[in-house]
Amino acid sequence: MNNKDNKPKNLYEELCKDYRFKEGFHTCINCGTCTAICPAAEFYKYDPRKIVSIVQTRDDQQIEELLKSDTIWYCGECMSCVTRCPRKNGPGLVIIALRDLSARLGYFTESEKGRQLLPLTHIMTGNILNYGYCVHPKSFKWEDHKESGPVWKWHTEHLEQSLARQGANYMGDGPGILRKIPQESLDELKAIFDVTGGTERIRIVEEYSKAKAEEMGMDMEEYERQAFEYCSDKHFNH
Amino acid sequence: MITEGKQKIWSDYQKEIPDDHWYYVRSCIRQNFFPASEKMFTEITQKVLGKDLYETPHHTTCGGIAYHCDTIPQETVMTIVARQFALMTEAGYENYVPSCITSFGNYCEILETWHEFPELEAKIRENLWKACKREFKKPKYLAHTSDLIYHWRNAIAAKAKHHLVNKETGEPLKIVEHIGCHYAKMFPSKGVGGAEYPYVLAGMVESWGGQVVDYPERRHCCGYGFRQYHVKANRGYSVSNTHKKFESMEPFHPDAIITNCPGCPYFLDRWQYVIAEQTGKTYGKDGFGIPVFTYEEMAGIILGYDPWDLGLQLHQVAVEPFLDKIGVEYDPKAKYLGMNKEDIMRPELPKSIKCC
Ligand code: SF4
Ligand code: SF4
Repeated sequence: MNNKDNKPKNLYEELCKDYRFKEGFHTCINCGTCTAICPAAEFYKYDPRKIVSIVQTRDDQQIEELLKSDTIWYCGECMSCVTRCPRKNGPGLVIIALRDLSARLGYFTESEKGRQLLPLTHIMTGNILNYGYCVHPKSFKWEDHKESGPVWKWHTEHLEQSLARQGANYMGDGPGILRKIPQESLDELKAIFDVTGGTERIRIVEEYSKAKAEEMGMDMEEYERQAFEYCSDKHFNH
Repeated sequence: MITEGKQKIWSDYQKEIPDDHWYYVRSCIRQNFFPASEKMFTEITQKVLGKDLYETPHHTTCGGIAYHCDTIPQETVMTIVARQFALMTEAGYENYVPSCITSFGNYCEILETWHEFPELEAKIRENLWKACKREFKKPKYLAHTSDLIYHWRNAIAAKAKHHLVNKETGEPLKIVEHIGCHYAKMFPSKGVGGAEYPYVLAGMVESWGGQVVDYPERRHCCGYGFRQYHVKANRGYSVSNTHKKFESMEPFHPDAIITNCPGCPYFLDRWQYVIAEQTGKTYGKDGFGIPVFTYEEMAGIILGYDPWDLGLQLHQVAVEPFLDKIGVEYDPKAKYLGMNKEDIMRPELPKSIKCC
């Protein structure tokens, strides 16, 4: 698949169709209040003020560069900026719209942080469609989460006993904590994905990622592992 | 801290919270990491206070975390939520209570967007019909589970066996409260106390005898950041934010932290462990960390429940120094036992942060 195949005539106009953009983008006075409050701006080379400012230029070339950059993937979607902007902008909402467009056009594969969309899509949509949860014990591997500590290693090694001790109904019928979501409900989630573009989104992300992996001379497993684990040192403020 | 002006703002943001008949939906993260907190919520609501709280096995994730990881389109998350509302409608309820701040923020945002753009709500109704043949009414009241515990805080205090008071000195314990960004930063009017002075946890702490710590980074994010945690390469973002908060609260010597969110207690607990392992630094006394609790865990402690029934053994930061301060009795040998006192071994001890 080629980026150019489905590139809209005007990226700014495309953004304007997005409800997050409609809600989050009004006139920006470049005051920088959002940047001052932003947790991502402290850690990464990131400045939400600049992003809103670039979008405000309506310059397609600059917007395209933004969509292909690491920059739009630095935000943590905490929405602290929404509370503070004196002009009722939501830079975090503008970011969501930019990321959505970057995913649809395949531009996300052009940046290291953007390429993380493949493992994230597999983790999240896999959990939803297979189990009905966004996070699930069957896919939360201690080896990938050593920060969860020795207590979690112990918990996962004795998962069923430990969860039972906590009062969970793990993979059980009926209501309760970590119950098995009935198959007919999982089927409904799948139907929702099919009807609303969720399934198509997974396909697009996989297809663009596959093309990028080929370009980078990697097989899919290696590509996805690298996207999940590799962090170059160019992103940081300090 | 000067509270007069703040009290005034708090009183402007008191939301109406019905006393009974709630339709309950669970949190993905809390079911995984703090399962016993959800158990405690139903215990307090149904058994201690005798309220009507209904749950159906057919409800699912709200999709909020996947949405904020940018992995599903807006129409997908909205239609998942519409299905949740349909299940509520079919069960005959109109008060909706999610056990998760990400969900709560997600529901607030969706309802607000539908209000502003009715054509989108119509589209979602069409999607839901096509996919599931279901229809829905919007909830009449939306509250977060902590709003309900806040609403019942004095009823809980009236049944308390312990108070947030140092049993040796009689002094109130110093408690840090962490609200979680999506509770009121997007829609301040939807949270008790708004975005500036959220009172939902502070109200519980005061009612149960403790003293709230005001510190510079009180409102700073815990560092979850969705993709900034779920992707291994980004976790430096997450721990750096937690680090900033701990450095800021350290001079005030908090005895404990109470949290609102599903993820925040996990991050504030586990990143203390990581910071200690990486740098040797600990934030509590004598090599311990500062214990971090969910609001249900804290309610359970003061109501006199066994700490190991509350799931406090699943924390990495030891809770015992806090339990000792307020005089809770517990059996240290029972901490890691399974069902029916079955021996399921013990976790290894971390190198730098002290554990019991
Ligand atoms: S939502 Fe994003 S841009 Fe806004 S304050 Fe949070 S991290 Fe910064
Ligand atoms: S706070 Fe609002 S007006 Fe100020 S720079 Fe940020 S988006 Fe623009």
